[in-house]
This record gives sequence, structure tokens and C-alpha cells, in this order.
Amino acid sequence: MAEATVETPKLDRRDFVSDQAVRWCPGCGDYAILAQTQKIFPDLGVDKEKFVFISGIGCSSRFPYYMNTYGFHTIHGRAPAIASGVKLANPELSVWVITGDGDALSIGGNHTIHLLRRNLDINVMLFNNRIYGLTKGQYSPTSELGKITKSTPMGSLDRPFNPLALALGSQAGFVARAIDRETAQLQSMIQRAHSHSGSSFIEIYQNCNIFNDGAFAPMTEKETKADNVLWLENNKPLVFGKELNKGIRLDGNVPKVVEIGDKWTTNDLLVHNETDWTIAMLLSNFTYQDEFPNPIGVFYSVDEPIYEVMLAEQIKFAKKNKGIGDMQTLLDGSDNWVVE
Amino acid sequence: MQLTGTRFTETTAIVGNDLSTLPDYPAEIRAPAGSLAGVSAFQLHFSSKDIHTPGDQPDVLVAMNPAALKVHLEDLIPGGIIITNESAFSRKNLKLAGYESNPLEDGTLDSFELYSIEMSRLVATACEDMDISPKTVERTKNMFALGILYWIYNRPLEPTINWLGVKFKKRPELIDSNIRALNAGYNYGETVEIFTTRFSVEKAPLAAGKYRNINGNFATSVGLLAASEKAKIPLFYGGYPITPASDILHTLASFRHFGVKTFQAEDEIAGISSAIGASFAGSIGVTASSGPGIALKSEAIGLAVIAELPLVIINVQRGGPSTGLPTKTEQADLFQALYGRNGEAPVPVIAAQTPGDCFYAAFEACQVAIKYRTPVFMLSDGYLANGSEPWSIPNFDDLPSIHPDFSSNENGSSFMPYARDEKTLARPWATPGTPGLEHRIGGLEKEDVTGNVSYDPENHHRMTELRAQKVANIVQDIPPTEILGAASGDLLILSWGGTYGSCRSALERLRNEDKRVSLVHLRWVNPLPKDLGEILIRFKNVLIPELNMGQLSKMIRADYLIDAQGLNHVRGRPFRAADIVTKAQKLIG
Repeated sequence: MAEATVETPKLDRRDFVSDQAVRWCPGCGDYAILAQTQKIFPDLGVDKEKFVFISGIGCSSRFPYYMNTYGFHTIHGRAPAIASGVKLANPELSVWVITGDGDALSIGGNHTIHLLRRNLDINVMLFNNRIYGLTKGQYSPTSELGKITKSTPMGSLDRPFNPLALALGSQAGFVARAIDRETAQLQSMIQRAHSHSGSSFIEIYQNCNIFNDGAFAPMTEKETKADNVLWLENNKPLVFGKELNKGIRLDGNVPKVVEIGDKWTTNDLLVHNETDWTIAMLLSNFTYQDEFPNPIGVFYSVDEPIYEVMLAEQIKFAKKNKGIGDMQTLLDGSDNWVVE
Repeated sequence: MQLTGTRFTETTAIVGNDLSTLPDYPAEIRAPAGSLAGVSAFQLHFSSKDIHTPGDQPDVLVAMNPAALKVHLEDLIPGGIIITNESAFSRKNLKLAGYESNPLEDGTLDSFELYSIEMSRLVATACEDMDISPKTVERTKNMFALGILYWIYNRPLEPTINWLGVKFKKRPELIDSNIRALNAGYNYGETVEIFTTRFSVEKAPLAAGKYRNINGNFATSVGLLAASEKAKIPLFYGGYPITPASDILHTLASFRHFGVKTFQAEDEIAGISSAIGASFAGSIGVTASSGPGIALKSEAIGLAVIAELPLVIINVQRGGPSTGLPTKTEQADLFQALYGRNGEAPVPVIAAQTPGDCFYAAFEACQVAIKYRTPVFMLSDGYLANGSEPWSIPNFDDLPSIHPDFSSNENGSSFMPYARDEKTLARPWATPGTPGLEHRIGGLEKEDVTGNVSYDPENHHRMTELRAQKVANIVQDIPPTEILGAASGDLLILSWGGTYGSCRSALERLRNEDKRVSLVHLRWVNPLPKDLGEILIRFKNVLIPELNMGQLSKMIRADYLIDAQGLNHVRGRPFRAADIVTKAQKLIG
């Protein structure tokens, strides 16, 4: 959509830093995500004034205030709908939705799924900390079953949502996962989401150090990380582990973790394919299953028809077919009469 | 039945009568045929004189089955004409309608002029050499009835024949069978000689000009488009289907060749949210719904209030609360429009007064929304939405121009998103994509001028006052109030919205009785016209007829401390002028 203009001076990180003091708790994972966004944005090749950040309500939704771009901090859950209006009104804009697990999956679940199925060229960054932070620590729709919080002193009773399975089920064309502390990978996911035409959905594991500290520790701590993270690379076998000695093998249609060695070689492993929805769905289901590592990277990326492009085509076709609308002709209608 | 009524209306418009219609249909799409709940009616009032309502009591009732007769007989004027499809008065249908015996035979209708015609049999005869199913033939009986009416009232058949040709372009057999039925009905009237009278209704003395027939929802849609064309900014409509507002979505969706973008959202909230997003990006965002949908939109309306973005919200009111009476008219959402939000969230409210006025109300709503950077409520209702009248077609060039005045960064100084225009208090409209004006807005309280988030108590108080004052300033755009009748007197009828026609008719009857009565009809309900207070005190009595339990009455009593009297009906249909006349007579003797 947006074209890089040659004469524009090269932007840098500071161009994207607004004059507002950042008010997240010290140590919050949101800082890292903001920093990586500000770092990678100058490289996206878009004029700064064409970026728009739309958010809902929650800690993450304060994000637009800190980006020196156009921004709109809206109401709880509705960011995808407001962003849809922005994008439809001006398809030249690069539109980003910043949301959280409560905002996107609970109060705004309906808007999230419908944005993705319509496939507007909008990028959704979902900060998933598996807790309600802004309201001070109730369980969220991604909290694990039995979560003890202020609102669930005996443990939560709802099974957690799987954001990526939901996105895939909503027919999203681009689905990826990142982690707040994996800065290079996060930047790369932002870049991939930007270059994908159509709705892009990135789930970002984000640590809330106040109300849910360490939720993703197995995936971020040095000792445990390698055995708990499965780095996704397109067309590469699914290998993980400190010694890169473990992999994912399909036994029929059931995924299994296997040791690479005497019995199995990398040739026996499942090869990741970003255009294969079945593999993406299978990988998304590793979430919350302790025997599997957590896949990080691009799960799925295919081009599908884009809503606003089709809308523009309809308008073009209607103008060609009916002629450009004339207001007086419309007012006059076909059955009128004159009173002398 | 709606289709038959619409055809009679179009033909009546073309022959130059004044007219007013009241479509009245059930909420169920295919309610059981012959049941009382399934009766679909279309009331049409036409005249060689200037008229304002669909009429209190019809002179002619066409009842296509016993249920229709049962439901609508009480509306008919004493001694009026009844035309029935005798073929439909079967034992089964009589039972469904709750008739113990056949009213066509038992004397029930003795005081009326009854014409009972075997329409089903006659259309079957008319189509007997055609290769179509008996069911298809049976469906043409409404055209037969229409043909009879065309004969009785001397109407030409050509407009309907032409329309059938277009409507059933792909099914020539339906064109043929319907035309046969229409002609058969007309010829029946001419040859059978059972009708003792044939009426000739001359052209109405309308002011010179070009006219068309128009209904409220169409007029609303075209008014929105006209405003967007005048402002030279795109029209974006985000909405969710709901009776009786859906036709606005349908109509606007057919305007792609004007560049109109319609977005059928996943729900009411997404409908308005997308419209707010579009307004932020420089379109005129519009959403329309009815009461239940407006309830869902409330939080988003508050966002548009604090974000100070142009937005038009149309409420085509229907009977409430909850799902209420989806297809029936009411005016009970005035308070919802005025107060149905959290916090101090003032929204200007304009109410259309006739189907044709929906055009101007929608146009003005856009004008004010753009000029003052505010959401504006336009109130329509089920009666205005579906009712129609002859409409003097405006010259598009004569409509006022609208200036969005988008901000640009010409002088390069730092941009203040909440700096205000001195006269209107409107803030700048700086759309994404404009270099140098990057800024953030949102639902948190804004600091005056800078628009930064602010929790400062004094600032919140000041911003609340500014938002209220901005809406109050719209009064400067409201023309002096028109008083129909003398400037003072015994009684002022004060009305708003879709009751205009009934109140106007009542006024004319009362003045014909030499009563000292006048009428003021409000289009802007918020803010109220600045001269209203001084007008009210010049009358000994003030009567406020409303299709609610007294919402404007409460406002007037509170704002002006006068003892306004209400006339309050919520029966799902417009006032009969006679109801207002009777109440007025009671008040002033």
C-alpha cells in the first residue's frame, strides 16, 4: 500500500518517540515491545504520518500515547472495529491495533474474529500477559485453568483461550507469535506483519511483573528456554532443545516429541510450512500442553482477498457501470412530476 | 400488501394528489396466513387539498381475508366502503380470525357499503390459459384489488404496468399474470356495475415545482449523501441491520457509484465504532439503528463526544423497551438520545418532522457534526421511515456548502488538537496522513488545548463546561422559531419529530372552529431554540402531544417552569388528529 518516498529524510527511532512520559510499571514487558516497535518502524519504508495506532482499554492500550504517530486510544474491545473504519476510509494508512488478552479475547472477542475473517490490511499486536493488569490482577481469558486471583480465590474455572488457534479459526492470513524479551525476533515479526497484505495477527508473550510475574519464564530463562521454545523456520524441520536433539514428528496425525539419534533423524521430523493451515493449527495447540515446546515465529502466512481492495474495486466497477453518481439525477428520481 | 399499497401511492403521486401513507406490517416475516397477527396493512390518505397525515379514519377498507377485516374494521369511517376477497372467507380463515359466523353474511357489515368479490376465482379465470401454478395465480389477487381501486378512483394503469415490467424482468410469466389480474380488476369495476360511485380526486394545489414521492428512510439516505457531496468528503456508513432502520443501509449500499462506503459490521457497536474510525480518518461517519441498537452504541457515542469527532447517529425509533414493537412507531427514545450515556456527554439532537424532511434533517445533522466536531443524533421513527409523501425536489446547487476545514501544517508550529475555534468552540480536524500533525486522542480526559491525558480536577471541570458550551452554541445556527397561527393565544401545541402532521391537522381543525390555538414544531430538540421561552409564556396553555409518556413535557416543564400538559400515547401508530383536537378542546373549553 504505502510507498516509500525517496526524498523523505531517513527516519530514526527518535522520530517515533512521543513527548509523553511512559507510565507502565517499572519492569513491565510493554517497555520492550514499545522499544522494538520504535526501533523497527523507521525501516518499514512508510511516511511517518501514515502510521495510525488504535488501541482499546488495558495496560497495553496506552501504547499509542507513546508513539509519535497518529493514535487513538478508544474503548474496551472496540479497537479492531475503529481501526476497520480508519482503514476503509483511507486505505493508504498503515494501521496497527494494540490490544491485550482481555481487550481482544474477552470484551472485544467478536471484533477480533471479524476483523481477521474480513482480512483488512491491519496489523494486530496482542500483548498476552495472561492476567488483567489495569484492574489489578483478575484472571484473564488466557489464564490457565485453576488460576488463583482476587476474583478466583479458589481457582479459575474457565479453560483458557488459545489466541493463535482462534486467529487461525477466524481465517487470519498471517499468524505469528513473539516474546517481549526476544528483541530481534520481535522486530522481525513486526516487519513480517507489516509486509503481509491483509490482516496480520501477532501474539506477543508479555510479562506482567506485578500480577503474573514469570508466566513465560520457562520460555525466557536461560536454563529452560531451549527446551521450551520451538523456533519456527519456514521449510525447516521442527527441531528444538539445548543440543538441538529434539524434534516434532507426526505419528499418523498425532504430533510427538522425539529424540534425534538412533531411532529418528531430522528427516523423520515434521517440516514447517507457513502456508499449511493444518500444521499451523497443530502447532497452535502446543500452547498449554506441557509435553510440547512453545512455538515462536510465523505459524501461517498466505495471501487472501483483501476487504478494502475489493471495496475499492466495487466502487470502481459501479462508477464504470452506472456512471459516476450525479446528485441532481438521484434527487429527481425516475417518477417525478411538475406542478405549474 | 405493502407492494400493492406502494403502487397505489406512486400512481397517486403521479396524478398530482397530495398524499400521506402509513405502512403497518407485522414483525414476523411470514406470519401464519390468515391469522390476526399476520395482517399486513397499508393506509393511504390522498387528497386534492394539502394534507398532513395518513388520515384518522379511512373511507375505504380493502380486506383480503377475514383477519384483515377483523383487525381494521374499527378504523373505518361509519358507513364506509368495504371491498373483500370473498374467496378468502373460508371456514378455516373465519376460524383463524375468530369469527363465529361469516361477517359477509350475518349482518355485521350492514351499516357499511360492502362489495364482496370472488377475487381468487376471477384471477384464476383471467390466467386460465397460462402455464403457471395455481399458487402463482392466487398471488395476483392483490393486483386485481388494485385494479378495482384504480377504476373507482380513476387512476391510470400504465405506471403499475411499467413497474411490473421492470420488477419481473426475468420472469415474463409473472408480468403477464399480474397485468392480467390488474386489468381484470379494472374491467370488473367498469363492467359489473355494482359500484354506485366513482371518485375523481383532482390535483392538489401544491406550490409550483418538481415533485416526487419519497419515504423517510430514502430521504434520510439521500440527505446524508447530499451533505457528503457538499462537504466533498466521502460518506462512510457503518451499521448492523435492524428494523426499521435497515433500509438506510440498503439504500446507501446502492450508492457505490457515488463512492459511498457501507460496512455491515458484526454488531451495533462495531457499526458505530467503524464510523468513528472513518471520521477520525476524514470521512463523515454515519451509523443508523433503532432503540435497542442505540443502547449498544452508547459507550461509543461517549467516545465521539470526548474525542470531538464529527459523527451522525440516526435512531429510527420503534416501540420499546427492549425488543418492544419492532415494526411500530414511537417517540420514546428522546431521553435516550439526550441522556443515554455515562458522564456529562451532551449530544445535539435534531428530529425529522415529515418523511421528506428526513432529507433536510440528515443534511443538517451532517452540517452541524462537521462544523462543531461533534456526534449529532438524528431522530426519525417507524412512521416517518416507511411513510411517504410528495416531496418538492430541491435543486442540489441551492443547498448550502459545507466546509470540513481540515487542518494542515502550513506554518509548521506545534499542533494543538484541542485548541478551539472562538465562535463555535470546535476543535481542529487533523486527519491521519497529514504530515506534521501527528497526535493522539482517546477516551481519557483531555487537557485543554494540548489534548494530552489529564486527571487534573480543574481541567476536567473546564473541559466538561467546554463540551457543554460547544453544543449549546449550535443554537446560533437554529433559525427563529416559526409559529403556525397567532403569536399568542389560548393554547400552544408544542410538538417534535414525526407527530408534525397530526398536530398540523389538529391545528387546522381547531382554527376552523375559531379557537385561539397555535403550533410550534421543534426540529432541534437539543439545543432548544433560544426564542422558545418567550413564545411559551405568550400562551395560556401549552399542550405537548408525544408518542411517549411525556419526555419533551418533562424537559419543557423543567427548563421553562411552565405547566405544560401532555397528550401521551404509545399505541404503535401516529396520533389521530382527532385525539389532539379533543384534548385541546378539553384544555381550553
